[in-house]
Amino acid sequence: MAGISTRESYGKTLVELGKDNPNIIVLDADLSPSTMTHFFAKEFPDRFFDCGLEEQNMIGIAAGLAASGKTVFASTFAVFASCRCFDQVRMCLSQMGLNVKVVATHGGISVGEDGTSHQAIEDLALYCALPGLTVIVPADGIETAEAVKVAASTYGPFYIRLGRPKTPFVYPESYHFALGKAVTMRQGRDATVIAMGIMVAMALEASDVLARQGIDCRVINMHTLKPLDEEAVVKAASETGAIVVAEEHLAHGGLGSRIAQVVAREKPVPMGFVNLGDRYASSGKAEELLERYGLTAKDIEEGVRAVVKRKQDT
Amino acid sequence: MPNHAEPSSRLTPPINKSNLSVTELKEVARNLRRHVVKMIAAAGSGHPGGSLSAADIITALYFRVLRYDPHNAQWPDRDRFILSKGHAAPILYAALAESGYFPVEELLTLRKLDSRLQGHTDRNLTPGVEMSAGALGQGLSFSVGVALAAKLDRRDYRVYVLLSDGECDEGQTWEAALSAAHFKLDNLVAIVDCNRLQLSGWTRDIMNLEPFAQKWQAFGWHTIEIDGHDFDGILAALQECQNMKAKPTVVIAHTTKGKGVSFMENNVSFHGKAPTPEEAEKALKELG
Ligand SMILES: Cc1ncc(C[n+]2csc(CCOP(=O)(O)OP(=O)(O)O)c2C)c(N)n1
Ligand SMILES: [Mg+2]
Repeated sequence: MAGISTRESYGKTLVELGKDNPNIIVLDADLSPSTMTHFFAKEFPDRFFDCGLEEQNMIGIAAGLAASGKTVFASTFAVFASCRCFDQVRMCLSQMGLNVKVVATHGGISVGEDGTSHQAIEDLALYCALPGLTVIVPADGIETAEAVKVAASTYGPFYIRLGRPKTPFVYPESYHFALGKAVTMRQGRDATVIAMGIMVAMALEASDVLARQGIDCRVINMHTLKPLDEEAVVKAASETGAIVVAEEHLAHGGLGSRIAQVVAREKPVPMGFVNLGDRYASSGKAEELLERYGLTAKDIEEGVRAVVKRKQDT
Repeated sequence: MPNHAEPSSRLTPPINKSNLSVTELKEVARNLRRHVVKMIAAAGSGHPGGSLSAADIITALYFRVLRYDPHNAQWPDRDRFILSKGHAAPILYAALAESGYFPVEELLTLRKLDSRLQGHTDRNLTPGVEMSAGALGQGLSFSVGVALAAKLDRRDYRVYVLLSDGECDEGQTWEAALSAAHFKLDNLVAIVDCNRLQLSGWTRDIMNLEPFAQKWQAFGWHTIEIDGHDFDGILAALQECQNMKAKPTVVIAHTTKGKGVSFMENNVSFHGKAPTPEEAEKALKELG
């Protein structure tokens, strides 16, 4: 599998950004070798601050720096970046609207062996709930680099969720990321899979199989969860008449909920949801967990077949 | 970029603060306390106790110590005052208005629909307000970030943050305390309004903070204890901290909650309750 982890791409992109922009400051909470901010720390030690195991404090410090004109990246694991410091994010980033980019790694269950305490599967519900936040989940290393650069040059608070394992490339080097604009990865007429993060590669795999079975399936990468590209959703509903949303997240409050709201309001069509449901996962290898908890290309295929059938039945 | 609202064209001329005597400072503080009572009474809700206990500290800062320009609220070299105990917004608003950031008449719009003076501070609405606060325990972290930025930019502004004793229950306050010492932020001064009361009772009963000064010392802070209603002591402490090198300073200011209004002093029920019109009249008579 050709690919790199999205966190590695982030770490390297930060160094590039740091060279061009002396205004960029990076914070971490004792996880820099894992979040890969250590590349930046090594290159620009004066602009890197390890806040120790103080996630709440880190968000406050980030806000103070941003209020003084800095562009601040703050990183830790996605579980801690969301649950441990939610009030701080709410007050300091959402309500004050400051220029802080929370880039959280080790999102989802593909973290693997560390188990439930370390698997962020509610982070998107939390961050998407906050007014003014931009929320992004890139699909591969190339999209990550692009998204991080766009975040650096766009004023305001961002949450970018990245993963731990290597992720296959779904984009060529020449890919250009447009904030808030969904990417149609593949056209199709019978149904649409809207996916994010690692689920995009799986959606493409599923659509290959479905094509052989005579189902022409559109695949959309909804890399920006907020603000959501409602136009792409409505278009998919109108043109394909059935939608499956695939995400490495709990059933509630993530991409599926957000898309269902648009579909219900604008163009009701049969919908299916491939996600973790309402439960925590467990320890295990990433691939084992994805299999066990229903986040594979096969699960997407089944989801698509089911909505296509419902569409035909109505 | 979201920022402070445009300053109003009808500004009160700022008081020449460089040479106010202690007698004059007392007069300013009395006036600010009167504003607080009137504002909260007019709003019908708010937190008089913690505004009144902080009145002398805030007077000393805005009318003797801080470097700022009310006509240029975003002046990059201004000293920063950060109100962490956001429920004391009325005393800050009163000081800002009397300093010339916005008209004094606007004070009576406190907590009203469409007012720039929100129930708790909002940095995007009120000129001169540095931080949105209200969820206690976050101000010291924010201040650490602002002080770090001064170091990075080689600017000589100083950062003053006012904490309540109650918010020293919050773990985040101590995270921030650790980090300020770790980053050697000698441009940072935390002032704790130690009025010994929190929302529902005495701090020693709700959550004991003692030995308080020793805690700050153990966290690596230069620690000064003063009477928070004595201007000579406040000014001396704020002078002393300017000479500190490589260490943040905490000024533990012993105060009386509700100070200046006899029936509010040490009275926990006036933590978060507006005076009735009769009570307000009585309070204003006392304040003179
Ligand atoms: C995180 C948080 N928890 C609870 C509250 C509710 N609350 C408002 S003021 C207060 C305590 C007031 O006492 P203190 O902090 O000492 O303030 P002061 O005495 O200066 O008014 C509480 C618990 C809050 N604002 N923020
Ligand atoms: Mg108190």
